[in-house]
Amino acid sequence: MFDYSMAEIGNIVVMQAFSGLSLFSVLLLMALGLAIIFGQMGVINMAHGEFMAIGAYTTVFLSRVAETYGIVNYYFLFAIVAAFIVAFIIGYIVEFALIRHLYKRPLDTLLATWGLSLVMQQIFRSTFGAKEVSAVLPEWLMGSFQPTPDIDIPINGVFVLVLAAVVTLGVFLFMFRSRWGLRVRATVQNRVMAGAVGINTKKVDRVTFALGCGIAGVAGAAFTTIASTGPTTGSLYIVDSFMVVVFGGAASVLGTIASAFGIAQAQSILQFFMTSSMGKVATLMVIVGILMMRPEGLFASKVRK
Amino acid sequence: MSKTNRRQFITKAGALMGAMLAAGIVSGSAYAADFATAKVNTTKLAVTDTTVKVGILHSSTGTMAISETGSIQAEKLAIAQINAMGGVLGRKIEVVQEDGASDWPTFAEKSKKLLEKDKVAAVFGCWTSASRKAVLPVFEKDNGLLFYPTFYEGLEQSKNVFYTGQEATQQILAGLDWIAKEKKAKTFYLIGSDYIWPRTSMKIARKHIEQHLGGKVVGEEYIALGDTQFGSVINKIKLKKPDVIYAAVVGGSNVAWFKQLNAAGLNSKKQNMLTISVTEDEVLGIGGENLEGFYSAMKYFQSLKNANNEKFVAEFKKMWGPKAVIGDVTQAAYLGPWLWKAAVERAGSFDVDKAVAALPGYEFKEAPEGYVKVDSNHHLESKLRVGKWLANGQAEVVYESDLIKPDPFPKGYQ
Repeated sequence: MFDYSMAEIGNIVVMQAFSGLSLFSVLLLMALGLAIIFGQMGVINMAHGEFMAIGAYTTVFLSRVAETYGIVNYYFLFAIVAAFIVAFIIGYIVEFALIRHLYKRPLDTLLATWGLSLVMQQIFRSTFGAKEVSAVLPEWLMGSFQPTPDIDIPINGVFVLVLAAVVTLGVFLFMFRSRWGLRVRATVQNRVMAGAVGINTKKVDRVTFALGCGIAGVAGAAFTTIASTGPTTGSLYIVDSFMVVVFGGAASVLGTIASAFGIAQAQSILQFFMTSSMGKVATLMVIVGILMMRPEGLFASKVRK
Repeated sequence: MSKTNRRQFITKAGALMGAMLAAGIVSGSAYAADFATAKVNTTKLAVTDTTVKVGILHSSTGTMAISETGSIQAEKLAIAQINAMGGVLGRKIEVVQEDGASDWPTFAEKSKKLLEKDKVAAVFGCWTSASRKAVLPVFEKDNGLLFYPTFYEGLEQSKNVFYTGQEATQQILAGLDWIAKEKKAKTFYLIGSDYIWPRTSMKIARKHIEQHLGGKVVGEEYIALGDTQFGSVINKIKLKKPDVIYAAVVGGSNVAWFKQLNAAGLNSKKQNMLTISVTEDEVLGIGGENLEGFYSAMKYFQSLKNANNEKFVAEFKKMWGPKAVIGDVTQAAYLGPWLWKAAVERAGSFDVDKAVAALPGYEFKEAPEGYVKVDSNHHLESKLRVGKWLANGQAEVVYESDLIKPDPFPKGYQ
């Protein structure tokens, strides 16, 4: 390490810090939707990754449309909203058709949603083809921001970071500052009582699930800026998503944020000093170790069992 | 239906069949008649007087479908062209297509079905080394014949397999020599996905760089398959400032790798990169603008300028649509049926033993990549090309080697 000048090391520290933040925002976006569905409803949604893929495909599709009309520079924000809406609607339908019949059988939801993920993958493959596709990105999302000639901050990373912050803030406002959030929290804490005071708990379930799926769609749209989209893209994200949620403590959105931050920083730093695959192994070992001491995750919910 | 009608129908059908038979004898089967079925097929393969069955075994579903679809298309095109020329020993080729579903045990099971139930005379198939390793025992036990299209890590040679792609040394050595000379490169950073092909390839590359080029490997890195986060790796590369990044990243990671590299400011103006895992197929996903100026070492590029290739590209697009692109492996897959045809015709027999014995030494001059020759070690003697990627997703060939003999068990590189 010492055959480099201080300036070089300083530049790398800045870029490395950003790469940790960037990984943090990616993990957070992945996990937020899942944290809502798994944390608030106890549903293990194995098709979470496929809802991300829906968002990503929506973006790719819109980018093609935008390309034909020559409006590539403007479509992206609109595509994120569209990704949310499409994933929300499909989530709403899935809850109605499948999930609501399985609330009392958590292991069956795992199998059913896993089956759903396979079905969705094959639908993607038949509709969009087996080849991976990329969205055409607007000019302003490409390239890097250079505060000094030797520091490159990727713009797409900044974009994902900002988006993650906006979505997280939105979720917080929704959960803790809106009537809907109040109903959701009431239903989670005591379903029977919530029903007794006139909350339509079935409708709350449906909207909560659809909201989680919608956020997954936003995450998928954002990830088109860093990776490509294929039928099995979703399965790449599902393990990381669950890892973040479980490590953070299932019922806590704050836990999810802390966990995404911890995992991202650990992984990013370890990968710098070790090889990439060993960095990942070491991160997982740390997580397993901590979970052995705190089986409920970082932020255990203080709900009476 | 009344009695007369039915009788009329039978008479008409009989006449039609008679006419078809007669036509068969007059045209294509005149050739087949020279090769009596009993003589050209002594091992009970699915060969009749007019047809011969072959298998295509690739993944049309699952993760690998993205890569293997091109191979299926190329093999079907070759077979259609051979049939249009009158088939093999006067027999039309019938295809039995099975789906390996990106699952290695499924590949083994389906190859067993093709060989034991369908009795196919040859199989064109497999893509990953894992799938090839899974079917290999089946082909050796049932004495089948496999044409395998993918460039791979070498270290294998079977009587029952012909390898139409490059083994590792054919793809690696000449490419490294070129970039070391052209860019005066001394320091190399090796990066690949974490499985057998990149690891074996990098081992060979490292030996070559250190022992023959007098260069230095300043970093060697393997990324878990499917990983899409390269931030830390890119920072390490920026710190080490290698003359050349030598890359073998595959699948979804590949796209993320190039996108992030560009976003981090490492484009071809600042950094040389030679990759052995990017063909025209991958460029579709990565986007030409992210690759522009980087180099790939392959034996085939769609943009190759020769009459064979121009014809091949035109017919491929005619069959599979104007947007179809052709990568290195797709071209190698296209060679399979043609080489099998040559083997059978040189042997005058569909028997696997005779066809296998007849093929080495064969020179195929109509290959889209140009001249290839089948070596006695069942690999192909071929050239290596280095292509420089353009923004439109095609490559400009900037270097072409001499013919390189295949060497699946390279001494001093293991």
